[in-house]
Amino acid sequence: MKLNKITILLSAVLITVASSSALANEITANKKTKTPTYNQLKQEFQQLKQSYQDKIAELELRLADIEDDNIETQENVEQLAIDVSQQGNQKAANTFNPGIGVILNGRFVNYNDNFEYTLPGFFIGDEAGPGEQGFQLGELELNMAANVDDKFFASTTLSFGEGEANVEEAYLQTFAAGHGFNIKFGRFFSDIGYLANKHKHTDDFANRPLPYEAFLGGQYGDDGIQTTWLAPTDLYWESGFEVYRGDSLPAAGASNSGVGVWTAFSHIGGDIGNSQSWRAGLSYLHADVDGREGPEGASFTGISKLTIADFIYKWSPEGNRADQEIKIQGEYFFRNEQGTFSDRNLTDSHLKNVAIDRNQNGWYIEGVYRFARQWRVGLRTSQLNSDDLPVQFNDSFLDELDHSPTQHSLMLDWSNSEFSRIRLQFDNNDLNGEQNNVWMLQYIAAFGAHSVHGF
Amino acid sequence: MTLLQIIKNITLVTCTLLLTSQANFAFANINVFACEPEWQALANELGGEKVSTFSATTGMQDPHQVQARPSLITKMRNADLLICSGADLEVGWLPVLLRRASNSKIAVNKPGYFFAANHVKLLGMPKVIDRSQGDVHAAGNPHIQTNPKNIALVAKALVKRMKTIDPTNADYYQTNTDDFLARWKKAMRQWKKQARRLKGTRFIVQHASWDYLMDFGQFEQVAIIEEKPGIPATTGHLSHLVKQFQHNPADIIISAGYQDKRASKWLSERTGIPSQTLPFTLGGNGSSNDLFSLFDNTFALLTQTLTDKDK
Repeated sequence: MKLNKITILLSAVLITVASSSALANEITANKKTKTPTYNQLKQEFQQLKQSYQDKIAELELRLADIEDDNIETQENVEQLAIDVSQQGNQKAANTFNPGIGVILNGRFVNYNDNFEYTLPGFFIGDEAGPGEQGFQLGELELNMAANVDDKFFASTTLSFGEGEANVEEAYLQTFAAGHGFNIKFGRFFSDIGYLANKHKHTDDFANRPLPYEAFLGGQYGDDGIQTTWLAPTDLYWESGFEVYRGDSLPAAGASNSGVGVWTAFSHIGGDIGNSQSWRAGLSYLHADVDGREGPEGASFTGISKLTIADFIYKWSPEGNRADQEIKIQGEYFFRNEQGTFSDRNLTDSHLKNVAIDRNQNGWYIEGVYRFARQWRVGLRTSQLNSDDLPVQFNDSFLDELDHSPTQHSLMLDWSNSEFSRIRLQFDNNDLNGEQNNVWMLQYIAAFGAHSVHGF
Repeated sequence: MTLLQIIKNITLVTCTLLLTSQANFAFANINVFACEPEWQALANELGGEKVSTFSATTGMQDPHQVQARPSLITKMRNADLLICSGADLEVGWLPVLLRRASNSKIAVNKPGYFFAANHVKLLGMPKVIDRSQGDVHAAGNPHIQTNPKNIALVAKALVKRMKTIDPTNADYYQTNTDDFLARWKKAMRQWKKQARRLKGTRFIVQHASWDYLMDFGQFEQVAIIEEKPGIPATTGHLSHLVKQFQHNPADIIISAGYQDKRASKWLSERTGIPSQTLPFTLGGNGSSNDLFSLFDNTFALLTQTLTDKDK
């Protein structure tokens, strides 16, 4: 091969020498006939230069061709180098095993001192509402996740806030069972509805919409088992079934020997062209409630049946989300509760354990628009409705006061990168007959493992 | 009860949709889920009529910013072979999809799990792995498809996988690959010729997407507009670039089809350096419809912009 190169280089030199002498001859010939102008000389020189350049380029290409012919052996050497470097890659990946991620989700809250967060007609959890005024650490979340072995993926999420640590999620999940089946067990967020299985820091607003607060205590997570099946269709269609302990809202008391809640859900979804995608679903949650406690010793025992219809639609130009995106999302909740209710505040105080059969519903709809790479604006409305109760329930907290709690929210957020976000939110609340405004300034930061782009 | 009627209607609509939507993967020997269009095209070249292919992204989308949307879960559930760039490019969405799809054929380290970046020499290893430098890819620069030589290297590795997954058609895949590589080699000679004429060209790039093209053409990358990956250029950095290149201009500013052009246009106006959008992958512009036309078009655009400038 070397010999070949040398021959070519030699011939190149010969050609250039020969052609240059030929050109030189021409120039001398020209000189003899007439005196050339400066411009002519310059032009000729340029031509000369160009022809040299072309020839050199041509030679370089021919050398490159020789290299190309040699490419097979060269690649084999490279392949060897890659095989070796792969070992290095494996090691590097192990340093992220498990993936550890930390989420900071803090806020500053301001509202009128008289504001009281109550939702007449509903049992609500302790964590509902905007919390205390001023600076709040909010929630600090620590997530660790990894494949355990060839069958299971495990994830644990601990949250710290208000002086206590919580196990938010800790589950094992199959990841390659095949045929579209998945089984998950441990403690985890339910897949009912749309927002239920999302961690709050991924929400588009600083708080959950009213129906989530009223029907699920913000979020439904519990100890249990879930099985899902993804149909082999072209259209996305996933269905699932869950069984839970049922110790917390909307259930209580872990009745049925600690199997107090079951759910079923089905979601369909897909794309419309490159720019649009959607998902819609229907979910049902059945809770055996044994002594769910309300304020001042009030309690409910019975059956709670919740149905949720949800949809989400997203649009971005050509499906490129980076600079522009529209997202429209809504959910409708319908609940029927039958059982017995006790409350010290009941008008007819000797009527304890009164039978109750009540329908309630709630909904929210929101739209979020990303109008620049780092900026988004969003608008959300949510409302709750309850059937009237017999007069004996007057003065109990289940009395809906002939009022439908309503909330309008407006938010603006700025994300420096996909790992940090600062959000300003304004809520106009009409929860119990009084108008109240709440301002929230929230920061969210994710560090460690790369955040997940969920739908 | 109206709710019951709603449920009934939804069920009806669902059934109709399911019946009308045919599983389009149905009759192929290998169903390919490609993360990016260049790998879909390569699978088509090597697999011919024996494969059915799908790409999760188009040339007009940022392959990093994709979400694990429902349609992708479904496509992945039915795939026999997954082809992605790797090197953390799809880190935000691919792991979620893999878990949700629960498809044992494309689980980690199965023959159906193929990352192109594992078969080429990666460039652009970050010196500092720290997010203050933006969303750095610890494994190296994942945009390997901008060097045609990498396409050939990936093809050689990919055909081995295809032969493992569908051994009955092994000869067919090998013949296709040999044919493709012969044509590719010929085309590469042409691109190399074009690149040699532009050797030493000084590039300003929108995002660090072109390391491998620089390597192929022996071009020089003198600045990056989006200095820290994933964080838009600050006005401070932009005016610094104007100062830097006002008196010693670079030759060309390039960006990919899906990237926001405002910063490169702004810089071009102030420095007089021509700005050019390159396809980056298939579908990145109207003329890049297969792997061959992708590079034909890339080098044609570069040659044209740089010669126009010299006039």
